[in-house]
Amino acid sequence: MKIDHDKCVACGNCLPICPMGAIYIDPSVNRARINSDECVECFTCYRGMSKEHLNPTLVRAIRKTAQFFRFRFDPEPDICPTDALVPEELSWPRVVRRAFSDPQVPHESTGIHGRGTAEVKTNDVTHRVKEGEAGFVVEFGRPGIGARFRDIDRVTRALAELGVEFESNNPVTSLMLDPSRGVIRPEILDEKVLSAIVEIKTRLEDVPSVLKKIKELSRELATVVSLGVSTRCGNAGEDRLSEILEREGYPTYRGKTNLGLGRVTVVHD
Amino acid sequence: MTNTLHRYSEHYAFERPPNPQPVQDDFIVFAMASRGINDDDLVARYRAFLRLALKHNPVNMGDATKGGMLRPRQDLNPKAHWKRDQRPNPEEVVAGIDGHTTVAAVFDNYQDMKAFVDDVRSANLGISVNISAPIEDAERCCRETGITRHSVEYSLGFSGRVEKLPDSTVLELTTMCGHGMVSANFAKKMIDWSKENRRSPAELARTMARFCSCGVFNISRAERILDEARMKNR
Repeated sequence: MKIDHDKCVACGNCLPICPMGAIYIDPSVNRARINSDECVECFTCYRGMSKEHLNPTLVRAIRKTAQFFRFRFDPEPDICPTDALVPEELSWPRVVRRAFSDPQVPHESTGIHGRGTAEVKTNDVTHRVKEGEAGFVVEFGRPGIGARFRDIDRVTRALAELGVEFESNNPVTSLMLDPSRGVIRPEILDEKVLSAIVEIKTRLEDVPSVLKKIKELSRELATVVSLGVSTRCGNAGEDRLSEILEREGYPTYRGKTNLGLGRVTVVHD
Repeated sequence: MTNTLHRYSEHYAFERPPNPQPVQDDFIVFAMASRGINDDDLVARYRAFLRLALKHNPVNMGDATKGGMLRPRQDLNPKAHWKRDQRPNPEEVVAGIDGHTTVAAVFDNYQDMKAFVDDVRSANLGISVNISAPIEDAERCCRETGITRHSVEYSLGFSGRVEKLPDSTVLELTTMCGHGMVSANFAKKMIDWSKENRRSPAELARTMARFCSCGVFNISRAERILDEARMKNR
């Protein structure tokens, strides 16, 4: 993303909008600029802000007049008055930033929007996580901090040593050179994304040791980790996972419940 | 829709209080078809799902590829600063569905959510349906509508460099868009504007909702949080 300085009026509305805080007013030119190393190409500024398409010269003149008299103008906080935000053509490896940060871009590896994962949301028809198994959803950078693949690579390598199974239908796994060792492509390690999800599967009895490992590893990272764990319920809807999590001292207040209403309807020849 | 999993409340505070306040105004029900399994006629199924939701007063609704009931506009004129159209447009969400996506409906009370789930069960749409809410409420809803839970996924909260996270009020607002489209700095600004009475909590909540690109931001809960924040010292 970049800012067209012929259009920008330095109103500052886009500054707090940026989830990474990457936009600032450059005093040398009195225009907004984007720190491209911190920008994760999430398109929040470009797509989330409403636009007015006003004449920049006129807007600058009005702003200067108001500033001279110390008038406080109270504009709507989510509008770019002159449509100054301009998306750039992204090439490899920077393109992974948008793939993992803009939820309206489907991931090529899974065809799914958002962070590109299905987890147990469709477990009633995909049967990815079976009874007696636990599916981990380890999300790096969420909420609102962002993560570099270098940090993710440290964790995936350590988890691979535990012998966990990485979900093959997952965007991060698709960027691994060797999923059996958790090694992520070296050319993307410095790329920053809003968040990325690693999915692994273990036996239920291994949940405490995997949780412990993730907790240990997360302390060494430059970002935050959001953790989710899932399982297939029994025939009466009961689950053994909650007991394990409570014993380990984790909160289990909120979650997702798959209602089992999905069924196979596509007829294959 | 992992984006609805980690919605912050006192239950996930780093120093948890002994009796955290239950969240009673945030229930999401979403539907997702799987490629090659049940994605035949998926547009009609998704539209049927959202049409059923509309009967039960959703506070937001969304299509993950297009947005929610409130969306940014590309064609505003300066009058918007004084007279902004704040009306949600659920028909735009329903009509805009054109292929693979996830559709969601957000409710601010248990009864509406339960009535909707009951309708969805009866409609037998054949696509995967999930409740994202306090686990006990989802379990109770299943019991009361005659559904046997298939799978569960628990949010275990946040770890790592948590000192980088903003305060709890900001987190309550920003985590309602799990994709991170509602930034912490913007949430802080909206809280300040609420304190300064520059806009009403209802207007500010709607302004924030426009950034959530899949429509799972709970406008009603945000309004409550922004209203309560007026008297709090962050």
